[in-house]
Amino acid sequence: MPLLPAAVPLSWYLLLSAVLFSLGVAGFLFRKNIITVFMSIELMLNAVNLSFIAFSYHLKQVDGQIFSFFVMVVAAAEAAVGLGIILTVYKNRSTLEIDEIDSMKN
Amino acid sequence: MDAPLFLLFAFIAVASAISLVVQTHPISSALSLVGVMVSLAVLYLLLGAEFIAAAQIIVYAGAVMVLFVFVIMLLNAGTEHKSSKSPMVKWFGIPLLVVFIGVISFIVQGMLPKSALVVFGTFTQGGPLEVGRALFTTYLLPFEVTSILILIAIIGAIVLARKEI
Amino acid sequence: MHQLWLIPVFPLAGFAINGLIGRKSGKNVVNAVAIGSVLLSFLWVLKALSAMGMFGAGMPEEAHVERYFTWIQSGTLNVGFDFAVDRLSAVMLLVVTGIGLLIHVYATGYMAHEGGYYRFFSYLNLFMFFMLILVLAANYLILFIGWEGVGLCSYLLIGFYFDKQFAADAGKKAFIVNRVGDFGYSLAIFLIVINFGSLDFGKVFEAAKAMPVDQGAGIFTAICLLFFVGAAGKSAQIPLYVWLPDAMAGPTPVSALIHAATMVTAGVYMIARSSSLFVHAPIAMDVVAIVGLATAVMAATIGLVQNDIKKVFAYSTVSQLGFMFLALGSGAFAAGMFHVVTHAFFKALLFLGAGSVIHAVGGEQDLRKMGGLRSKIPITFWTIVCAALAISGVPFTSGAASKDEILIAAFHHAPWMYWVGVITAGMTAFYVFRSVFMAFFGTYRGKAHPHESPLTMTGPLMILAVLSLAGGFLPIPHFLEPMFPKVLEESEKWLEYTAVASGLLGISLAYLFYVARPSLADAASKHFNGLHKLLYHKYYVDEAYDATVVEPIVQGSRSVLWKGFDIGIIDGIVNGIGHRAMNIGGTLRRLQSGNIRSYAAWVVLGSIAVILAMGLTGSIR
Repeated sequence: MPLLPAAVPLSWYLLLSAVLFSLGVAGFLFRKNIITVFMSIELMLNAVNLSFIAFSYHLKQVDGQIFSFFVMVVAAAEAAVGLGIILTVYKNRSTLEIDEIDSMKN
Repeated sequence: MDAPLFLLFAFIAVASAISLVVQTHPISSALSLVGVMVSLAVLYLLLGAEFIAAAQIIVYAGAVMVLFVFVIMLLNAGTEHKSSKSPMVKWFGIPLLVVFIGVISFIVQGMLPKSALVVFGTFTQGGPLEVGRALFTTYLLPFEVTSILILIAIIGAIVLARKEI
Repeated sequence: MHQLWLIPVFPLAGFAINGLIGRKSGKNVVNAVAIGSVLLSFLWVLKALSAMGMFGAGMPEEAHVERYFTWIQSGTLNVGFDFAVDRLSAVMLLVVTGIGLLIHVYATGYMAHEGGYYRFFSYLNLFMFFMLILVLAANYLILFIGWEGVGLCSYLLIGFYFDKQFAADAGKKAFIVNRVGDFGYSLAIFLIVINFGSLDFGKVFEAAKAMPVDQGAGIFTAICLLFFVGAAGKSAQIPLYVWLPDAMAGPTPVSALIHAATMVTAGVYMIARSSSLFVHAPIAMDVVAIVGLATAVMAATIGLVQNDIKKVFAYSTVSQLGFMFLALGSGAFAAGMFHVVTHAFFKALLFLGAGSVIHAVGGEQDLRKMGGLRSKIPITFWTIVCAALAISGVPFTSGAASKDEILIAAFHHAPWMYWVGVITAGMTAFYVFRSVFMAFFGTYRGKAHPHESPLTMTGPLMILAVLSLAGGFLPIPHFLEPMFPKVLEESEKWLEYTAVASGLLGISLAYLFYVARPSLADAASKHFNGLHKLLYHKYYVDEAYDATVVEPIVQGSRSVLWKGFDIGIIDGIVNGIGHRAMNIGGTLRRLQSGNIRSYAAWVVLGSIAVILAMGLTGSIR
């Protein structure tokens, strides 16, 4: 067995996807800047995209790629709206600290 | 060449992702995210998804991230205050995350056949031709619906950005 | 096909039109719609019956059935929406639409100054609709629709002056007492379904005829007794008669149409209709006869001393209904139905006449405050006298013909019933002429200025007067004979003479007491003070019912159901659940910190738990 195999198993891709997703979750939970939180969400979406494409390769079908395409579209739309919301929140509250935005309480 | 390429870019992706989480300045985080996205695009290419790889670079790493950087600069977002509120979360959360990843990898390993190796070039259905054909035949309706979604998003963004809200 | 469905549909249309637009449109429109719909219905009855040969060639003995659609199909039970006309329902159809038409005309005059004019006439039309359904029904369930419908209309019309407490109470009383009877009727229907597998009159009676007399006697007795419970509720027999006298709280045309001429005879009609069942149940027949007779006596004795003119006639109605049930119980179904018809004539006339009197003296109903009206309202006087003669059984009037037949049938059933019936007939003559003499003779004791009623009121009175006198010559018993098992042999003449003599004696006694020697009446009531009091308070039946039935239910509901069950248990459960939920919520609300990240942490923890569970149990594979 050589030091490096010529090709990697598919599960490594999925594992990478899981690691990236978990990092996204960690960022979402630990960061306090609302923009960074938002970027963590994008990271999670990307991780999911990776597993979509890995499965597309595994099943030899293009459908998984279509799915990730749609995810991208939604992510783009979400980025537009989400950043708009962030702008509005900042205008109204002059803060980007997520812990200070707790008007959902009660 | 597949394995070294995967390992290289997987390393870059993970490193960038960790950087995204631990950097305190939003601009650094954003640039780390760009790193993740670009390395993911290379991995997409390895998996035969040419069109998605291109779209990833152009749409994500390009357009969306520019938007992020734009907003960060617009709001003049500074360095985050150190979170000192709950150190317990860190000491409790990170091991939990590691355990979780371990379980996932265990499950994934069990699910997939051992022989499923990724060899570059065995899947050639990811070009613009095939993706486009699928988009405009099987997935025509969802595709059209996304256009409405984007329209709504545009209108929503405009409404949100208006002054009087 | 004679398009029988049109007969009830005309009044229904009248009800709908008057109910919907009557409030806005003028009285003329309401009159036209109300009377026109009943007139059309009456004409259509005439047309259909003459097409069947009732007035000429002779009507076929079997029923003419029209089947419209299947209403209920459940297992082997098939209930159709069917109408049927045979000789029995033909007679009832003519009575209902004919008398109904006259009373509608009368009511336009009587109600002219009342509020809720359109409401009154739309209810009246609705009543006609349900009554015609009842009469036309070809099975017990359709009959039940009409049965319940007329009960509803009766309730609505008794409580017509709903702003008066006693009228509203009387309506409720009628409705609730009728429920008791309807309960018996529906049980009878269930028994019929179980035992005959059908509700169709034709099929049930065919099966009943085919059955030997001794077989299934218990079932027949049960069914017939339950039917009689229903009839006792609707037709005001002991012990359910208490609602009818109170029902006089409604407008007088309603008393005439519903509570004298038509609806209260529905029980008689229903039992006559079920005669094929009753002949198999001699015990039930005896019960019917005895209860009928007892009701006749009791109501007549109460009627002797009442002072409200409508109350007198109401008890008279109860008493006459008792006579009808006596006839049915004696097996003289045709005689009973004949009395239904003649009673419809003269009792409707009595009530309408009473209405005319009340109208004339400005709403006064107390006989003691009338008197001497003979010359002031002559038409009303003479027509009422016609009715009084008829109800007293004076020879050659309609009442004599039908009452004599009943008494003769009773004699053949059991002689003692005849004698009691004769005495009751004498009492009937006495109390009817008592009210006539008190109202029309002597001097006027009231304060109003009596005036004769308009032609819309006197016209129907005159027509009914003619019918009351001559109605006895209608060949109704002969016409109905083929419908029923024959019971009457030739009768001895002395039976009729005795009955007539009893009536005449009653009249002369009334003349003696209330015209010739008025002081005698007071003396008699003083002498029999206890008896007078007992009768005046109607044997204290209402008080007894209050004490034994109404009060326990009200008190029980109040103390046990309301305070015990409702507040204690149901409210306790509901409030307990509420308090528990508030406590739990109070604990849980601490999770609602408003901090997005803590929410997200919960989501993540939850999904990790789910994934771990699925992965470790292997269900993900």
